[in-house]
Amino acid sequence: MLRVKDLEASIEEKQILRKLNLEINPGEVHAIMGVNGSGKSTLASVLGGREEYEVDGGSVEFLGKDLLELDPEERAREGLFLAFQYPVELPGVFISYFLRTAYNSLREHRGEEPVKVREFSMLIQEKAKLLELDADLLKRSVNEGFSGGEKKRNEIFQMALLDPKLCILDETDSGLDIDALQVVARGVNTLKEQDPEKSFLLITHYQRLLNYIVPDFVHVMIDGQIVKTGGKELALELEEKGYNWVREELAAS
Amino acid sequence: MSTDTETLENFTQQEYKYGFTVDIEADQLPPGLNEEIVRAISHKKGEPEYMLEWRLKAYEKWLSMKEPEWAFLDYEPVNYQETVYYSAPKSQPQYESLDEVDPKLIETYNKLGIPLEEQKKLAGVAVDAVFDSVSIATTYRAQLEEHGVIFCSISEAVQDHPELIKKYLGSVVPYTDNFFATLNSAVFSDGTFVYVPKGVKCPLELSTYFRINAQNTGQFERTLIVADEGSYVSYLEGCTAPMRDENQLHAAVVELVALEGAHIKYSTIQNWYPGDKNGKGGIYNFVTKRGLCAGKNSKISWTQVETGSAITWKYPSCILKGDNSVGEFYSVALTNNCQQADTGTKMVHIGKNTKSTIISKGISAGVAQNSYRGLVKVMKSAEGARNFSQCDSMLMGDKCGAHTFPYIEVKNPTAQVEHEATTSKIGEDQIFYCNQRGISTEDAIGMIVHGFCKEVLNELPMEFALEARQLLSISLEGSVG
Repeated sequence: MLRVKDLEASIEEKQILRKLNLEINPGEVHAIMGVNGSGKSTLASVLGGREEYEVDGGSVEFLGKDLLELDPEERAREGLFLAFQYPVELPGVFISYFLRTAYNSLREHRGEEPVKVREFSMLIQEKAKLLELDADLLKRSVNEGFSGGEKKRNEIFQMALLDPKLCILDETDSGLDIDALQVVARGVNTLKEQDPEKSFLLITHYQRLLNYIVPDFVHVMIDGQIVKTGGKELALELEEKGYNWVREELAAS
Repeated sequence: MSTDTETLENFTQQEYKYGFTVDIEADQLPPGLNEEIVRAISHKKGEPEYMLEWRLKAYEKWLSMKEPEWAFLDYEPVNYQETVYYSAPKSQPQYESLDEVDPKLIETYNKLGIPLEEQKKLAGVAVDAVFDSVSIATTYRAQLEEHGVIFCSISEAVQDHPELIKKYLGSVVPYTDNFFATLNSAVFSDGTFVYVPKGVKCPLELSTYFRINAQNTGQFERTLIVADEGSYVSYLEGCTAPMRDENQLHAAVVELVALEGAHIKYSTIQNWYPGDKNGKGGIYNFVTKRGLCAGKNSKISWTQVETGSAITWKYPSCILKGDNSVGEFYSVALTNNCQQADTGTKMVHIGKNTKSTIISKGISAGVAQNSYRGLVKVMKSAEGARNFSQCDSMLMGDKCGAHTFPYIEVKNPTAQVEHEATTSKIGEDQIFYCNQRGISTEDAIGMIVHGFCKEVLNELPMEFALEARQLLSISLEGSVG
């Protein structure tokens, strides 16, 4: 589904990603862990198509297409979803209107007619229930005045609605209390059950999210590279021993 | 970073969609202004003596006045001796139905997307269409007459309702008021007159579409709305004009009078030709709009969506004379490319417990300059007066400007005056967030701008809210590369 090869990227002339390689197949859950500044979020931004980042080399193939050639909105329409670490506020823009516009742009891309307002309203009610999202939130402006937890839940809610093929969760667990974390994790797991072909890339600092969303692969990222890959037990090992031993191991080899 | 800034900067060059002219034989006076021209205008309209005298007094006064220079505007001076002050479509219109109207006019409206035939069907909307300077089609008049509502051109009112005209014309904006209003008083061509009798809630939204057509013709519209005790009326003025190379002068005057317990809601959608992207051409829009809350418990609400004109100089104001009267001003002013707007309001509190609200949203793109200028004046007599002002500016790209000039004069210690102002830049983060959900940059900007203006758009009558939203999007379209 996603094949990242020797990806190099920089921001304001500062190189962040160095020949990064990653392959994700349909139905797989990958976790990328690493300390602050290792380039985890940069990877998410580059995959999403943020323009501040310059791609200096390498390639990214997504569902057989050259991802780097696509505009951010085209990537989204092809089925790539990025749950933001810091979702922005859109004052005065109702969530329902925002979501319907997004949903219809995806439909248009697939050559389908715009959704009927009533049909859509039922759809979002259903998805909100699934994500245990307060239906009153839907009457508000996008993320305006939301708590940290509400913002993150709103991200997962949008993910459920837009039904992407690859979901990238950029530090979705940060700033969440344990209850909110569980709600988010339940949401992700439900989506996974509903569509076993859906793939996930979880970017996180901490192992605790991985207690609730069990990864097939755990990657350790240091200085813009994936330096070690293992199963879910690698996350526990990192939790226990920190990241330095990976660094040492790397230096020794 | 640079790419996104470019994107925003590129978010500018959409050709003006309403740029076309219709070839209609016009009956017009030679350019220039002198006493003879003023007499000729009055004569052409077959006006009674009192009107001519009023015009001549205004003309005399105008000769002694200077064009104001205090606004934050920079434009080529107008040559008043090269302007044409009267132009009427030659086929003089006295039509019973649209079938009799010059098909070219109908075609014009069709191009504008506001065909009269559809508008006639549009529930609750009566249309008094002003094509250049003379009213050509009025609908729904009969229904209004049933309720005693007078809705006609000001020329007709001068003939048919002299007592009302003599009493109210110039009662809010005297002919001595300011350079542009005085000019208008001398040469006004036509406009709208509305009178709503005591206790009547006007059964329709009243609406006029103005359109400047003949080349080099100044438009000097004059509107007077009088709401008698306990009445209500909602009026919408909407405009589009064809493309022009020369700058066209427009100096309108609108006067509103609300007697005891009356409520007037006046909404404007202004979409005149803004000039091309290099600032060539476009309308000069120097407007004096003022409402008088004459009686107790009266209310006047101004709502405006201003997206057109090269130069806008406009301050719809309220004089809150009656006790407990209420003035409201809701404004969206959007300037793109080389447009300049200096707009705002004046709220003058005279009566006790008078209340005013000002919500102003300015949006600038391209190299445009957008200024809010507002005065809140509380007189000594205005015990317990209250004002709330909120002025928000949004910038797109980094070559445009937003400015706020609030003036506050309070002479009564019991008054409460609040002013809030914010300036924000349309965020690249916001646009990326929308993009990441599959929404194009153009739609994203439209959505963010609509969100920003929502409080004002919500004040528009329903039928026109959609039009206003479309207009805002059209005005910003094409700025995305």
